[in-house]
This record gives sequence, C-alpha cells and structure tokens, in this order.
Amino acid sequence: MSKFEALTGNAAVSNAMRQINPDVVAAYPITPQTDTVQTFSEFVADGLVDTEFVTVESEHSAMSACVGASAAGARVMTATSANGLALMWEIIYIAASNRCPIVMSLVNRALSAPINIHCDHSDVMGMRDSGWIILMSENGQEAYDNIIQAIRIGEHPDVLLPVAVCQDGFITSHSLERVELFEDGEVQDFVGTHEPQWPLLDVEDPKTYGPLDFYDYYYEHKRQQVEAMEKAHGVIREVTQEFNDRFGREYGLFEAYRMDDAEVAVIAANSTAGTAKTAVDNLRDQGLKAGLLKLRVFRPFPGQELAEALRGVSAVAVMDRAISFGSMDNAGPLFSEVVSALTLNDVHVPIADYVYGLGGRDIRPGEIENVYQEAFQMAENGKVERRVRYLGVRE
Amino acid sequence: MVTKLTPKELAKKEERLAPGHRLCAGCGAAIVVRQMLAAIDEPVVLANATGCLEVATTIYPYSSWRVPWIHNAFENAASTMSGVEAAYRSMVRQGKLEEKDVKFIAYGGDGGTYDIGIQALSGAVERGHQFLYVCYDNGAYMNTGIQRSSATPFGAHTTTSPAGKVIPGKQQFRKDLTKVMAAHDIPYVAQAAPSKWRDLMQKTRKAVNCGGPAFMNVLASCNRGWRHETDETIEVTQLAVDSCFWPLYEVENGEWSLTYKPRKKVPVKKWLERQGRFSHLFRDENRHMIDEMQEEVDRRWEKLLERCGEG
Repeated sequence: MSKFEALTGNAAVSNAMRQINPDVVAAYPITPQTDTVQTFSEFVADGLVDTEFVTVESEHSAMSACVGASAAGARVMTATSANGLALMWEIIYIAASNRCPIVMSLVNRALSAPINIHCDHSDVMGMRDSGWIILMSENGQEAYDNIIQAIRIGEHPDVLLPVAVCQDGFITSHSLERVELFEDGEVQDFVGTHEPQWPLLDVEDPKTYGPLDFYDYYYEHKRQQVEAMEKAHGVIREVTQEFNDRFGREYGLFEAYRMDDAEVAVIAANSTAGTAKTAVDNLRDQGLKAGLLKLRVFRPFPGQELAEALRGVSAVAVMDRAISFGSMDNAGPLFSEVVSALTLNDVHVPIADYVYGLGGRDIRPGEIENVYQEAFQMAENGKVERRVRYLGVRE
Repeated sequence: MVTKLTPKELAKKEERLAPGHRLCAGCGAAIVVRQMLAAIDEPVVLANATGCLEVATTIYPYSSWRVPWIHNAFENAASTMSGVEAAYRSMVRQGKLEEKDVKFIAYGGDGGTYDIGIQALSGAVERGHQFLYVCYDNGAYMNTGIQRSSATPFGAHTTTSPAGKVIPGKQQFRKDLTKVMAAHDIPYVAQAAPSKWRDLMQKTRKAVNCGGPAFMNVLASCNRGWRHETDETIEVTQLAVDSCFWPLYEVENGEWSLTYKPRKKVPVKKWLERQGRFSHLFRDENRHMIDEMQEEVDRRWEKLLERCGEG
C-alpha cells in the first residue's frame, strides 16, 4: 500500500532516493537543492540506506566522483542547482560521453549574475546539448515519479546515459504538497538491481576508461551517443508505460491538457504548467477553447509527437523561463525547439514566445490568461504581432 | 609471499604498464609508474589526470594498462578516485562485490596536482578515502608544451616563463606541495625519486598499506623540458636529490624522517648545469640567481633537518 504524506518537492526526491538506495551519492550543498541531500544524509546516518555518501568539496568534484563511481559499477545519484550545475559543466559532458547512467535531481534556479537563488530554467537549458536525458516535473509528486523512472531509463542497456530530473526551485522544491509515496519494496522492485556491463572494479578483466580519442574514432563515438539518445526515446515510452500500469499514472512524453478541441495551445514546463491549467480552466469556463501542452521529456525532444499534438490548433504560445541571448529575436530555447518541430512536420501556425519568471519572478494565472487572449488574437488575425514578449518585466 | 625488492625477484613480475606506450625515451613518469606498480603485489585500480602519462598510454583503440584504469579530466583524478573507492566500499559492504584488498592509486602531473587539481586532492584526502595520490613532478606543464606551474623551479626557462632579455626565467620559488599535504595530517606522506628506486618502492608499499589516504610526490624528469639527454634521467634526478633540491623523506602518522641523507651535499649549481632550462643562469648578469636558489634550497633543507630531528 502506498501512503500519502505532506512533503516538499525536495523531500519527495529524498524519499525516492532512499527507496532506490543507490550505492553512491556524491553531492555538494547549494540552494535550493540543499535539503534534498540534507534529508538524504539523515537516511544515511540512521542506516536506512546502504549508500556511501561522498560529501565532496565542490560540485565539480561531485560530478567527478559520480563518474568514477558509475564507471566502477555503482548505481549513482546526485543533486544540484544553477551555479552548482555550471561548476560541473566540464564533467556533465564527460558523464554523458562516458555513458555513465547517473541520475541527478536538478532543482532549477537562475544562473548568476546577478546572484539569485530563485527559479528559472537558465541552468537546465545550458545543459541541453550535453547528452543528458532531461525530464521536467510540474510538482513534487512528478519529481518523485520521474526520479524513480530515471533510474530505469538511464541504466537501460540500449541507453546508458545520465538523466536529469528537473523541478522548480522553491516553487515546488520547498512547497508542502500531498505526495503519494509507494511502498519501498514496490519501488525497489520497479528499479531492480543495477547490472553494469563493464565495471572498472573487475580487477580480473581490466578496462581502460576515458582514453585519448582522436579524429579516427571520436566522431564515431559521438555518433553512438546520438544512437543512444534515439533509443532513449523508445525506452522512455516503455518505462513510462510500465510505470503507469504499475502505479496508476498517465504520463507520456508530454501531457495534453484539454487539447482535444483546443483552438489555441500554450506550451509550458514544470510548475508553470500547473498554473496554466488553472488559466485553461478559467478560460474554458468562459467558453474559450484553450489547451495546454505540458512538456515532460525535454531531451530527447519529442518534436514529431509534439507537432502532431499541435496539428489543428490555430495559434501556439511558448512559455520560456530562460533566454537564449543572441538567438533569433532573443527568444527562449524552448521556442526554437518548438518552431523547428512544427516547421519540419509541416504544421504552419502563428507562434509567439513568452519569456517569463526569470530569477523567480512570480507568474500568475491572470498573466497566462492574457497570453491565451493574445493567442486567440493571433488565431483570428492569422499573424503574429510580436514574436517575443517578456512577461511581467518593467521596461 | 610479498615480492622481495630485489632486481631478480622484481624482474619475474609482469609489467602492469605494458611496453609500446608512446611516452618519450627516458621519460621519468614511466619509470616512476613501473617501479611503483612493481612494488605492489595486490590488485590495483588506477585513476589518471589528463597529462602525458594519460595521453601517451591510451591512444584509442589501444591501452598500455594491464590493470583497471580511468581518466576523467585534468583537475579531478582525486575526486574521480573518491568515487571509485566509495563505490568499492559500498558494494563490498553490501556483498555485491568480493573484497580483494584492492589498492587505489591516482596519478597526476604537477600541473594537475599543485595547480588545477589541488582542491580536489585536498578534499579527497580530508574525507579519508583509502587511496594513494601520486604526483609525478616534472616541474612544468610538459604535455601542453612546457609551461610554468607552481612546481617549476626558480629561474627555469619554460614557454610561459621564458628566459628573456629583461626577465630571466621563472621569478618565484616552487610551492612545497609535500609539506602542504603533510599539513593535512593524513597517515602517510612522502617525497621520493626513481634514482633511489628501493626507497621509492618501500614508500609505495607503506603508502598503500597505511590504512587511509596517502600522498607521494615523486620527481620525474622530463628531458624535453629539462633539456638533458634521454639517457641521463636517473643521473640528473639523483643530482636533484644529492643537492637537496629534492630531499627524500616521509611523514608517517605525523612523524617526519629523512630516508636518505647525502654523504656530501652537492652544490645546486651541479644540478642546474646539467639542464638546458637553466643555461641562461650561467650568464654573468644572471649568476646571482644561482646564489639565490642555493640559499633557498639550503634554508628549506635546514628546516627539514630540524623537522626530522636531525638539525
């Protein structure tokens, strides 16, 4: 029997980590992730897990230790935010390239400068090309559910890639919500045991990890990473299906909320998707056909499925909690992805980008309702007035 | 049976670093690694910082390592090894892995250790991981083409501390990393050189059996950077030892002791004159630097004697 508890998003993740019982966790404190590993260290201190908790002296060393432990043959987890992720950067790429299925709880926070501890997605968007699988979570429950699935996805022999599970700093990481915790045994049964294929610790059959790789092989190894990412697409669907069947969920690559007869759609990720659902409901009450696509899998990007889900709507608005400085129209990174997906799948529809919530700036249902209103106008006029807007900023 | 440290017995052991690697002829690093690994009878797992030793031994699809080996990046051999060692302890404790008295050793050059890797090293030994970190110190960033590091000796010409018309080589004395590591109060810290091979091998054995983190700083000549003939490695190295530029000592559970005291201390000039990187110091206008270096070497040597109870 599962049980329901009032937990913060961070505590939900800590509990998932306790139930997964990884061999090694290496992490460093950084707001707003800190209490994930703080709570987890209590589990270690109380003997509730078998984990070696490596209390490293920096995030760079955290990810370095994770790579070492994963190559050694261990099941490995970590957690970080913003500048911590930025300090890991070099090793983020190495973790993916060495095919280390590390699972990270990434509590999204704005990158410095100016220094800010609150939520935006500048941290995760920076790692989008690093070779990590990236899952997004609307709330603590989804972060918990995604973390459990991430283990299976990353360690799948066809994949062997690290997975980052995102949730919004403070907004969900520190909010108490009703979270369903599955039985420890059920989670352990779902994640199973880690079966490393080439453990470094096999001293009878020595392996060389991380050799020098020049123009004669490097390219092929990068091509293999592409293949792993392509296969991850299918593996995510399989694992998600199994999770849904076992635990009574309805996850997909994304969630289509009231999309069936929608005339306009907003695309959003993480907690803002929850706020947007309220906006959709309010508009539906007024008889307006609004729908929402909540992104769950950001990497590998489900472009084709997303385009199919949007085929038939008359306008699309993308909500971006980050800016890709110097990109076309200084839009957000999600916008570029969605535009490419639609164009290449022959879905031609007016589309605009809404940058919002940087550095933790609040986003309210009313503002999202305005986004929908402008989308309805785009639909009616058949054209885009302004490609990129910055919601709630003082100009 | 522990292998006796005699050439006859050691010659019977299989080389753990296989021949065919592409380190330069006379490279000190290869000699150091082969001597150290020959001293250990137990299974080993190695981590390697980016550097000559890494690039020249693992050119994909080849590897010279007959033992498990991992390279991650430049500054993180110590933190990578903390992960490997933590994984070992965790999995052995859980019964997922058979305990085999594995010895964990991380290798880094002086750039990867004194400079960019010092934070990761300091953290890893403070946490008490049971591993030996070995710095093979050739006194510059040799892999990238002989740039100065904080281990580069005073006065040396490197490509970023060139002997110019106004500035004659490196202007600072080297960081004493061995003492920095001794200040961590870990069970074992030592300084060694391959010219005293039995001393190096005995220290290696002590280090991997000390029951906690250990650090060894081993002088490893690079003839490309030091500018001497490829067959002079051991001779030039021994001059560094006999001039007391590179004293051989150990700090065992806080107890300092010299493991070799030159019968007759050789002037540091004798070591300098054998290397092209110091040739500009022998010009009239720069000779004062040789005196300054001698003074500094003497000062550090006297202090060390005092610490070792030989003052």
